[in-house]
Amino acid sequence: MRSETFASRIGPVLTIVATIIVIWYAAAVWMNAPFQRDLDRRGDVTSTTMEFIAKTLSQPKPIVPAPHQVAQNVFENTFLRKVSSNRSLVYHSWVTLSSTLAGFAFGTLLGVLIAVGIVHVKALDRSLMPWIIASQTVPILAIAPMVVVVLAAINVTGLIPKALISTYLSFFPVAVGMVKGLRSPDIIQLDLMRTYNASRWQTFWKLRVPASMPFLFTSMKVAVAASLVGAIVAELPTGAAAGIGSKLLAGSYYSQTIDMWAALIAGSLLAVILVTIVGIGARLIDRRMGVRPA
Amino acid sequence: MTYLLRSWQGSIALLLCLLALVRLPLLATDASTPFAAAGTAGVLLLIAVGALACFMRISRAARALILFVTAHTAAWLLIGGMSGNEGNASLSYFLLIAASWLLGWRCISELAEIRPSSRQTMMALRLLIPAIFGAWVLILWEAITRGAGVPFILLPPPSAIWDRIVSSVPILAADVRQTVFKAVLFGYVVGCAAGFAVAILADRISFLRRGLLPIGNLMSALPIIGVAPIMVMWFGFDWQSKAAVVIVMTFFPMLVNTVAGLSASGSMERDLMRSYASGYWQTLVKLRLPAAMLFIFNALKINSTLALIGAIVAEFFGTPIVGMGFRISTEIGRMNVDMVWAEIAVAALIGSVFYGVVALVELATTFWHPSNRGG
Amino acid sequence: MNASASSVVSARKLGLTFQTSDGPVHALSVVDLEVEKGDFVSFIGPSGCGKTTFLRVIADLEKNTAGEITVNGMTPEEARKSRCYGYVFQAPALYPWRTIEKNVVLPLEIMGYSKTEQKQRVQRTLDLVNLTGFGKKYPWQLSGGMQQRASIARALAFDADLLLMDEPFGALDEIVRDHLNEQLLKLWAATEKTICFVTHSIPEAVYLSTKIVVMSPRPGRVTDVIHSTLPRERPLEIRETPEFLEIAHRVREGLRAGHSYEE
Repeated sequence: MRSETFASRIGPVLTIVATIIVIWYAAAVWMNAPFQRDLDRRGDVTSTTMEFIAKTLSQPKPIVPAPHQVAQNVFENTFLRKVSSNRSLVYHSWVTLSSTLAGFAFGTLLGVLIAVGIVHVKALDRSLMPWIIASQTVPILAIAPMVVVVLAAINVTGLIPKALISTYLSFFPVAVGMVKGLRSPDIIQLDLMRTYNASRWQTFWKLRVPASMPFLFTSMKVAVAASLVGAIVAELPTGAAAGIGSKLLAGSYYSQTIDMWAALIAGSLLAVILVTIVGIGARLIDRRMGVRPA
Repeated sequence: MTYLLRSWQGSIALLLCLLALVRLPLLATDASTPFAAAGTAGVLLLIAVGALACFMRISRAARALILFVTAHTAAWLLIGGMSGNEGNASLSYFLLIAASWLLGWRCISELAEIRPSSRQTMMALRLLIPAIFGAWVLILWEAITRGAGVPFILLPPPSAIWDRIVSSVPILAADVRQTVFKAVLFGYVVGCAAGFAVAILADRISFLRRGLLPIGNLMSALPIIGVAPIMVMWFGFDWQSKAAVVIVMTFFPMLVNTVAGLSASGSMERDLMRSYASGYWQTLVKLRLPAAMLFIFNALKINSTLALIGAIVAEFFGTPIVGMGFRISTEIGRMNVDMVWAEIAVAALIGSVFYGVVALVELATTFWHPSNRGG
Repeated sequence: MNASASSVVSARKLGLTFQTSDGPVHALSVVDLEVEKGDFVSFIGPSGCGKTTFLRVIADLEKNTAGEITVNGMTPEEARKSRCYGYVFQAPALYPWRTIEKNVVLPLEIMGYSKTEQKQRVQRTLDLVNLTGFGKKYPWQLSGGMQQRASIARALAFDADLLLMDEPFGALDEIVRDHLNEQLLKLWAATEKTICFVTHSIPEAVYLSTKIVVMSPRPGRVTDVIHSTLPRERPLEIRETPEFLEIAHRVREGLRAGHSYEE
């Protein structure tokens, strides 16, 4: 592929983003207008078109909040509030992030261990592997509310139930990716180890593990995103006191649309940050593993 | 040791059997309907025979068969003897369950080592081994929850979940109709079609592609499920809002995969089409879409799972009084855990069937691709 | 000197049959062969004639199902366990995450050589294949020919007397191949190793070998063994001499005879 300049890559993206924002504003005016018209009629206010549009874009509980309202909300609740405040997005993000990370760490560890077992024990490969693959077709996220509520019934609350859901969501992709990775060395490379009379242990550490690293990181990118979704959904059922999920739920209860959108943006930013960090790790590993830079 | 094989599962199973014998009876002394002496002896005998079979130098298939029969019959007897005695199992009972589980494990190991010559046997084994594994998950689950009397709300035994499924078929069916046949199918079809259409559009207009693709890639990492409350607010409590969530969730994977698939055809093949002076649409239909099929089906498969998740989770934010997500969230509130499990089992079944149907269509459409040719 | 004492590889009525779902396949059938110390033996024949399989049996990567074979007077398994041979595959099979140096060190690490020993040997073997100064590069930074040389260095690093090469230059273009052939001969002269070399190029086999084993398929068997009359010192130009062409002709005749079998 031709090497593309920065401008030619970023230009189209910015154009599309700008288009989305314009459409968003238009939608906000259009969707909020009926309510505003109603309000004006009752209050007997007459306003020019420009004034009317301005009002549709500054309602406290709009159907579609305008981008600047959301941006303002995100900004205020991120930078202007004390981190410990219940309204601080940093606080809620941290609550979600902590269970995401805990779950992701355990899920990855578990996934790697299971993968090692599957690659080395044939009985596990034949019996467990089909279930792991099949379980990826199942909406396991549906189990989240039950795990949270049942654990709450035996007084396990807070981070652990959420982390548990993140764990099992992130475990599957890692296990599958790692099995693929540990099996990625071709026959020639395995034969080579055999001609050296290398032990199983040596073949594992010197060949299988390094060869699996790119696969591990690719699956970790999927896993960390899944882990975040798990943590957010786990915050829904009990009306957890804090976290991005609870913020979404509270927003939907009280029609605090702007808060809801802000929470969504915060969750997305969190996802972008997490995936980017793992992505950088993946890039470094790729380079370390001698993958030709593209 | 030339006449006997070594098997740690067999040795431990024998050991457990002996320990269980010392610690008889199988149930607490005040149990209402204790095991008959014959039943206890039968279980011990079965496990002993199975454990001894591990060491015998007979054909692998014969060993596997003996183990299969003994392990499962023993487990069947042990679980059967539990009825009326929930929570009264003694240590000896669990030792025997563990012993029969070890035999089941050994059975799987033996089967996994069999290298059949015919393809049919191979296929049968590929199904049988995971089936035995799954059965043992259920057996242990049943035996432990009932034997130790695990509180019902914590984890109901599989048999109770099955009873619940059987007794609430109408409710489950109504939920499936609401969630799957209204929200999921509609959303899936519209979402995938829209993603596909935009991908074709983006293919024609390179500017659009370069703008949309990074955004689409980014979207796959975001917790899109979070739009659920917004959609509920916009489109109301009924299935339309869930379908909207499904559309948003399925749109981007389809877009990204189709765009990637459309560039999958080789340059040589494309040059060939150029040499025929073939137009854009001809090249698309005759070369690039067939070459993209694998990617498109990949998106269809990913989306089948995403669609179900989207619809179920969206129902947590409000629904009319029917739907799988609704049922899960209200029944868990009432601590009817068995109903929740029943709903989850149905969701799992539908998820696999949905995926399976897409996979079968894929196999029928892209049988020519090396990854599907088998062999 | 006693013939059997100096023989490195000795096969008697060797056979290997694969069981497949389409019935048994006779990859090797009644192969008798002696490879003497210091020989350069080429195996040539059409695909499916068992030449690679024979090499893999020597290396204990496949097990023979009939007959006997000894490598350095031992069974192939014992020979592999005492690290009697170095193996060069069709592809370089270098580990992409290791530098060239680290790739050459790999067998030494596995065999437990000391760090200082490792360093010396890497230097020496890289010099031997003319890759001095490329040790810090990653495989993808080298050309195909250089990668294959690195994989030869890897096979030489632990000083096995026997070198097994399975179409090592098959994937390279002819110009590079000529160059590597010349270098291989020099290497052979300098190290006095015994080399078994699988190829399907007649000029390559004739140019390199002291002994050419012609094989034919279905079942895989030896149809002719040609002793080269060329001197050990061989410039590239030797390939235009009548003597060279005469041997090449004999090889071609042998291949044709084996081939007419199936028609």
